Order: sequence, then C-alpha cells, then structure tokens
Amino acid sequence: MAVNNPLKIAVASGKGGTGKTLLSTNLAAFLSQEQKTLLVDLDVEEPNDFLFINGAVENVSDQYKMIPSWDEPKCTLCGSCSNTCNFHAVVQLGTFIAVFNELCHSCYACSELCPAQALPMHKHKMGTVTTKSSGNLTFIESRLEVGEEQAVPLINQTHDLVDTYYKAIPIQIFDCPPGTSCPVVAATKNADFVVLVTEPTPFGLNDLRLAVETMQKIQKPVGVVINRWGIGNDEVEKYCDQAQIPILAKIPFDKKIAEYYSNGELVHDKIEHLSTSLHQLITAIQHAV
Amino acid sequence: MQSDILSEIVVLSGKGGTGKTSITASLAVLAGADAVIADCDVDAANMHLLLKPDFGQTFEFYSGELAVINQDLCNQCGTCADVCRFHAIPQDKNQYQINALDCEGCGYCEKVCPTHAITMQERRSGNVYISKTKAGSAMVHARLDIAAENSGKLVAKVKNDAKAIAMAGNKHVIIVDGSPGIGCPVVSSLAGANYVILVTEPTMSGLHDLKRVYAVIKKFRIKAGCIINKYDLNNEKTSEIKNFLKEEQIGHLADIPYDSIFSKAMIEEKTIVEIESPLKHIVEGIWEKVKEQLTRKN
Repeated sequence: MAVNNPLKIAVASGKGGTGKTLLSTNLAAFLSQEQKTLLVDLDVEEPNDFLFINGAVENVSDQYKMIPSWDEPKCTLCGSCSNTCNFHAVVQLGTFIAVFNELCHSCYACSELCPAQALPMHKHKMGTVTTKSSGNLTFIESRLEVGEEQAVPLINQTHDLVDTYYKAIPIQIFDCPPGTSCPVVAATKNADFVVLVTEPTPFGLNDLRLAVETMQKIQKPVGVVINRWGIGNDEVEKYCDQAQIPILAKIPFDKKIAEYYSNGELVHDKIEHLSTSLHQLITAIQHAV
Repeated sequence: MQSDILSEIVVLSGKGGTGKTSITASLAVLAGADAVIADCDVDAANMHLLLKPDFGQTFEFYSGELAVINQDLCNQCGTCADVCRFHAIPQDKNQYQINALDCEGCGYCEKVCPTHAITMQERRSGNVYISKTKAGSAMVHARLDIAAENSGKLVAKVKNDAKAIAMAGNKHVIIVDGSPGIGCPVVSSLAGANYVILVTEPTMSGLHDLKRVYAVIKKFRIKAGCIINKYDLNNEKTSEIKNFLKEEQIGHLADIPYDSIFSKAMIEEKTIVEIESPLKHIVEGIWEKVKEQLTRKN
C-alpha cells in the first residue's frame, strides 16, 4: 500500500440494532479530536448517523443511475431489447416497450445492442449524498430515495465519490448496512479492516457467524466489538476464541448510553468507559493493518 | 377470524434491533397450528432460534445468472470486459476472469463475445426449508448463501411457499418476519400483505427509520399498527412517535416497557409469551387486537 493511502475502517454487523451507528459516530468524533477524520454513512436504506453529527451542510448532490428510455419513433419493434434484458426490466407489450426502472441494473445491454438506437440511456435519481463538516470531522451521508429498491449502485457510487474528493483524509470510517448479502459486500469491499459489532445473545451470535463468513469470503481482516456486554451469555466470546477472531472491545450495557443515543447525542466524551473502549479499538486496528 | 379468508401479516421495523423477531415469534406461538410462519429476514434469519423448526424439507434455491468463460474458446479480445459496467471481468495472468461477486448476471458479455466463449449459468443463492415449529405450525424459512444476491427473490419464494402451504392446509393466517431497511427484501415481503405490524423504539433513529419504512408501506396501501418497544427509555420520543401514528392514522397496538426478559427468553430459546411476566400479557393483548383488525372490513 502506498504511504499516503487512507486507512478505511468499515463498521458492519449481521444483526441490525447492535450498535453500528453508536460505534461509527462515536469513533469518528473521538478520532476527530486529534486528526482529520471522515465518516461515511453507507446504510443507505436507513441512514442515521446524521442525527448525531452536527455541523453545517456543505453540499447536497443528487445521485443518479442510468436507465433506458423508449424512443418510440425510432423503434422498429424488433423485440431485441425484450430478449436481451435478463432482469425483465424492458418488456415488449404488443406495440409498446415498457421499462421497469426498479428492475433495471444499468447494464446498458438493451440500449447498446438496440439495432435502431431506440433505447437511449438517461439519468434516474436513486438517492442523495450530503456532506457536512465540523472541525476535523467531515461527514458524508448516502441516502436511498424511498421507493428505490437497489442499495448497491448507490453504495458503489458513494465509494467512487469518496475516492475522488476525500482521498486526503487519512482515516475513514464507513457505517455499513446490516445483513450479509450484496449491500454489505458493496459497503465493505474497499475496507482495510472490518469491525463487526454484535451483542452477547443467541441472535447476536447467529448473525455474527454469518457476518464473519461473509468477510472471510471477501478476505477482509475482522475484529469484533461486543456491545451491551453483560445482558446475555458468554457464547459470543467462546465463539471468537475458538474461531481466533480478536475481540477489540467490550462495551458494557449502560442505560445511560441508551438514553443519550435515543436523543441523538454522542457519548464518547460523556461516558468514560466508552472512550476507553474506543481507544483500545483504534489501537488494535492500527496494530492489525 | 373469518374461516374462509387467508390473512397475511408482515412485521417490519425499518431499524434493526427493535425486538421485531422476538415479537413475531411470540405471535407465532400464540397463533399456534392455525398459522403458517414465514421468516423473510433471509439475510440474517433468527426466528428459527426461538421457534425450533425441524428443518423437515430442504430445497435449493436458484436465482439470477453468472457468466462463465470457457478459456479454450476465449481469444483474449477483451470485448466482454469493455462492455461490462460492473467491472466484473478483470484480466489476470493474461486471462479474462469473471469475478463472481461483481457479476450481476446481465448477460451483456455473453451476447457480444465473438467466439461464444461465455455462457450464462444458473446461480445458487441459498436453501429454502419447510419445517414444523414447536407451536405445531408450518414454517418456511431460508438461508441465503454467503454474500449472495437476490435476497428479494428469495423473500418472494419464501412467501409464495408459505401461501401455498396455508391454502393447501386451510390455514387462516400467515405471519411474516420482514427484514430491516426499505429495499428489495422489504418490498418483496409487502407484496400481497393484508396488515403490517411495525415495531419501533423511542430513539431518534427508531422514529426516523419508522417514517421511511412507513412511506414504503403507504405506497402499497396496507393497513398498519405499531408497537413501541422499550417505550420508557425516552418518554419524549415515545410521544413523538404517538403523534406520528396519529397523523398517519396508524393503529397503536401497545407500549412495551424496557425489560431484560427479551434477552433472557432468547437465551432460554423461548419466546416472551412462554415465560410468565407482565410482558406476556401485553403481547397476548397485541395478538387479540391484530386478530380484530383482520376481521374488520376496511
């Protein structure tokens, strides 16, 4: 790796609601006390980081995906587009060509293979990227438009934007969507290290295993943070031990944290055991990469 | 419940970790053998941990396609890589290779390959199981393969199977555990639903995510009711949520106090209605209200 590449840390989890947002926002704010830090909210379906990050909005940009539109006068109704599209997003209905935007993957095949050039591609809004800045902290939120179903194209586009305009920020935190399928893979794929946040319960453990398998498949180094430590049992710790996955921090269950969180407040400067955990976490990651 | 009508209830939350699955599994236990259960949170399915399905039948699920290059036919012209908008065909050791994680299965490469070296193959994306739960009900659940795509299609498959089982067995209700978010798995789980139960929590994130997921539900014109879990964590946020429910004419099903019984029950692999506590009665009350909603004509 070149010396001046930023350190990219993805915060993910299999199960939702384990504390990804809590950890991402507080880690970013904690780090920004000493250095320039970038926080990117890639949980595009339900982005929440903005609730915790103050600062002036610097930029709002609409994000588009490209979809075909039917140019009726040019069309010879040859049916090529209908046969070409593997996603049934372009369908010939008698003498009409219907385009189903939400099914389109923007592969361009129908458009570029149309013998009559009757399906030019045009822009379709899929979401918004908002940039805020406060002191050392730059925050980027990527938000999917309600009604849009595909998170992946927006996540990929947000990565490109970060790499184009914010390369100079040396430490970058990516808050990822929950789950184990395509949006998580897209959100974590550029990361140097993936932090998996879980809770010490059977649901937490089940979904942590899935998340670990996903990260192993895309060959990412991982570490675990156990949030709400103390509410459940020690099966998560046993699993991490056995699978030789480092436990980077244990954040004890603390109703105070939950209360601050519910009001959209950061806690790294209010709860001492949390700032200790964040310090341990970042030291462990820097050591690992 | 009217005997000739099959109702489909979907439980959603927008935000993860609000108690959605614990509550869905409890309703499944209360519904007993008259229900068919569908776990549509295929990305991170958990309901099996509480309902103990027997994994009676397993079916492989295929969806979407993957490009495959026959290297013997490939002349290294690179046309495939040029047309691929997903950068899924990198050149490695002088050979073009398909990166399965990036390939979306559009088939553009196959159509332009001058030597017909590329074929599209069906792609396995997971397993679907048809089980019997400890409550005596049939349950359809799935496991998405690691890093697989198309969870929306798998959700549709789980739901359609549940419906077929319910119709064949003359069952009256399908209870669906949905996934967090607002994307394709959520949209798939809403198709054909009669009633949505929303489970939220009184945090800024909870309310924000509730509003987003409700905007999706509204497009489907489905009646909804809401449960505020951990309502005593933040009374101010709880009243904000109640105001939102009133504005949108969403039914208010119940307030559930913060209680460690959720995680205790989970560790015992039980639902909260299997353990004697005040919460058990709250959830029983929710189920009665939901049944009433289903029999009521719009």
